[in-house]
Amino acid sequence: MAGQIQSLRRRVRSTRSTAKITKAQELVATSRIAKAQERVEAARPYAEAITGVLTALASNANVDHPLLVPRQRVRRAGVLVVTSDRGLAGAYNANAIRTAEELIARLRADGKQVALYVIGRKGASYYRFRNREVAGSWTGFSERPSFEDAREVGQTLIEAFVAGADDADGNADGVQGVDELHVVSTQFKSLMTQEPVARFLAPMQVEEREESGPMPAYEFEPEPDELLDALLPKYINTRIYAALLDSAASESASRRRAMKSATDNAQEMIRTLTRQMNSARQAAITQEISEIVGGANALAAAGDEV
Amino acid sequence: MASQVHVEVVSVEEKVWSGEADMLIARTTEGELGVMPGHAPLLGQLAEPSQVRIKLSGGGEEAYDVSGGFLSVTENGVTVLAEDCAPAATQATAH
Repeated sequence: MAGQIQSLRRRVRSTRSTAKITKAQELVATSRIAKAQERVEAARPYAEAITGVLTALASNANVDHPLLVPRQRVRRAGVLVVTSDRGLAGAYNANAIRTAEELIARLRADGKQVALYVIGRKGASYYRFRNREVAGSWTGFSERPSFEDAREVGQTLIEAFVAGADDADGNADGVQGVDELHVVSTQFKSLMTQEPVARFLAPMQVEEREESGPMPAYEFEPEPDELLDALLPKYINTRIYAALLDSAASESASRRRAMKSATDNAQEMIRTLTRQMNSARQAAITQEISEIVGGANALAAAGDEV
Repeated sequence: MASQVHVEVVSVEEKVWSGEADMLIARTTEGELGVMPGHAPLLGQLAEPSQVRIKLSGGGEEAYDVSGGFLSVTENGVTVLAEDCAPAATQATAH
């Protein structure tokens, strides 16, 4: 009986310290969401401006830049998966990876090979564990991505894309290129919902603007083609950066939710265990009393007989 | 005042400066230019590295060192897009 109380007490104690950890994680994640959202907001003016510039440019210039024109035959497709570095984020990584796997299956069904690019330690170890070939992986910045990180990723992807997967056609350049690029990241919809999405990164589709009538006649310095050359890679980097920021906010939100329910469960468990412990203690006391009373009665009865 | 041009300086990670100005001076790959109110629409790539100077109506000046930058002039104003952007070291003397 005493042993049972002991072990219950131990379990309460360990559950309580687990709850402290998850509570702390929850609070940290909560403060990170706000920061991540600020960064998403702060990056928006640039993204909007560069989209505007690009739209103006594409409507004025001849659009035949390699980053804009779909390849006739797509042999290999690059898929960039954004996951987190740390775990304890609920289904965040599982969802992102599942969406990526669906996309990959779809691409394979279309007869395309797939080159995987992974961001985040969790995604990298997922594919390493399964012995899947990964064309590139970057880790260490999932919670606080900087533009520098996005640029690094973007550079690799653009290089692979520009090289193209046409080595078999006599254009062997020794690079395992790709013919299209997709990115799988997690969209921050609200504190409660984050949705993994697969999006097209390249070749880009230029939206023809129709509603605003003729675009103003722009002057270009330097020539439109050169401008496109300089601008498109930056636009891709911006898209990657936006995806990273959005994913970082989602990661924190997802972690906060997971840690909140972990804390709630721990509290619930502490309550149940404490109740069990108390009733075990009560039972022990009751038993002791009845033993004493029983013993005393027995002694009294024995005394009477003498 | 109608003779003011709306200027926005945005870097990738945040909006750096926005407001009304008399003139914006920047150097594209083709050469230096000043943008005053009513400038024709223009898209330009900024020289590398380059400095963007914003002349304020009070006679003050804001200057930024910009790299990986673009300049977009529309009827709504001027936007400077920068990959990296920092207040220029000479800014203190400009005031």
